Amino acid sequence: MSTQHTQSSTTVPHGAFIRFLATMDRRWIFLAMMLAVGMPILLKLRPPESPGPLSNATFAAIEHLPAGSRVLLSFDYDPASEGELQPMANAFVHHCASKGHKLAFMALWPLGAQKANETVNTVLKPFHPEYKLGVDYCMLGYKAGNEGVIKVIVTDLLQQYSTDASGTPLGEVPMLKGVSNIQAFDLILNVSAGYPGAKEWAQYATSAYPDAFSLLVGTTGVQSNQLYPYYPTQMKGMLVAIKGAAEYEVLVNAKYGNTPAIVAAQRMMSSREGESASENASGDTPESGVPAILQEGQRRMGPQLIAHLLMVTLIVLGNVVYFATRSKGATR
Amino acid sequence: MLKRTIPLFITGAAGGILILAYFSPATTNWGEVVTDWMNTLAAVAFILGGGNLLFVNLEKISSKRSGWAYALVTLLAFVVTLAFGVLKIGAVPNAQFPATPWAGDYESVRAPFGWVYEYVLSPLTATMFALLAFYVASAAFRAFRAKNIEAILLLGTAFVILLGRTAAAGILTGWISPEGPFAFLRLDTMAVNIMQYVSTAGTRAVMMGIALGIAATSLRLILGIDRSYLVND
Repeated sequence: MSTQHTQSSTTVPHGAFIRFLATMDRRWIFLAMMLAVGMPILLKLRPPESPGPLSNATFAAIEHLPAGSRVLLSFDYDPASEGELQPMANAFVHHCASKGHKLAFMALWPLGAQKANETVNTVLKPFHPEYKLGVDYCMLGYKAGNEGVIKVIVTDLLQQYSTDASGTPLGEVPMLKGVSNIQAFDLILNVSAGYPGAKEWAQYATSAYPDAFSLLVGTTGVQSNQLYPYYPTQMKGMLVAIKGAAEYEVLVNAKYGNTPAIVAAQRMMSSREGESASENASGDTPESGVPAILQEGQRRMGPQLIAHLLMVTLIVLGNVVYFATRSKGATR
Repeated sequence: MLKRTIPLFITGAAGGILILAYFSPATTNWGEVVTDWMNTLAAVAFILGGGNLLFVNLEKISSKRSGWAYALVTLLAFVVTLAFGVLKIGAVPNAQFPATPWAGDYESVRAPFGWVYEYVLSPLTATMFALLAFYVASAAFRAFRAKNIEAILLLGTAFVILLGRTAAAGILTGWISPEGPFAFLRLDTMAVNIMQYVSTAGTRAVMMGIALGIAATSLRLILGIDRSYLVND
């Protein structure tokens, strides 16, 4: 590891430590980052989370909806952002289903439809087997047109979606009977990785029809700065990155993490896959009884904590080198 | 003459109708029609995009330009995935209509299209994104220097956000009462305050500037003053 030195060791007349830092190969940093992310996963480090105001607002908005309300979920992300967004998508679906809301899934990103399918297969079907396609949830699929799709469906859903993703005419989907536009929904849940996404839903849906429905958003950390101006008027709640997902999971799991339906689902999955009673198919801990997939955000906070600490350490060390070499240069 | 006049007319009419539709309820339907046309055009653009991808990569391969092998991989991946999806090759038979191959589920991981998504596309894109962590760490060590007041402010903010968005905030400043007069010194509170107030104030100003710029540019396009989108103009 000596091919990519930033500075030749002969030009850095300092102590051994500073000299090592100044000439350190960047692959040592890569190795440190790999360990910072990998070790907490292997050691199952899970720091405690206490929900903040944004997560509380998001939870309350779903919680206070009457059971059986219509919720439109737009999955506007792809596998690249799955690390940050999938846990909140799982928690959104589990929370809504636990409340008995009717769920319609759509996507403004081509791969968002696949993410919606995955979430249905891994969360809705195993833990809410009572949910029936067409009756309790439906898959509208992906539509091209970015914000144009939103502009149309707020006034005329059928103009964009004449059928659902499997080709069934919307008029024949029981849960969408009498629905002519998305103003018939009580809540829009958007999981967003960028354009088109949360900003467009705020601008073209809730800004245009502020009294028709509420908007809740789960977003990547990078995008959150652009979305804060819309909270709390156009967006009633917002989950920011994996931290937001972890906080929201704490709230959802405290109330719906260990319901009889989940226990029954896990028992069935365990017996189907022939696993021992101590650790079932979804890898949950027997202490909590909450399936691992519904704690994924909290699990990912372990690597995030150590990686952030490493980043802070690296910035400090980089500045130590900077000031040491600068002051030495000045005295010479 | 027509090559310029017709595009200018379409642009002006579409833009004008969309503005009218926003302000006048009587013209809302016109706006919906124009937006629907736009969505149809967006779907057609996928075909144009696919055609362009084929043309550019075939040209690169035939002229053996540098990196032509990558173009070949791109082309093969595109054609194979397209065929799996459009022709529903290997789709899992539909339980209701087993004799109708077109009714099968091609998005299942047991079908080639679903398999490509699950085991090729999904891990590749996730891996590319995950690599950012390594480059950001390296950049943090080499480039993030407290050279002046602005850089020090940026560094301080970065520390607060990096620590405040993890459990480190509780470990370091959890002993400060969240109800007490010094609650604002808690790292998690500071992170929230920076993002919700300081950052939002700046973002809002930038957004207003961008909105004004978009309005000015849109008016120039609608009124035909800016014709830069007409290639030969």
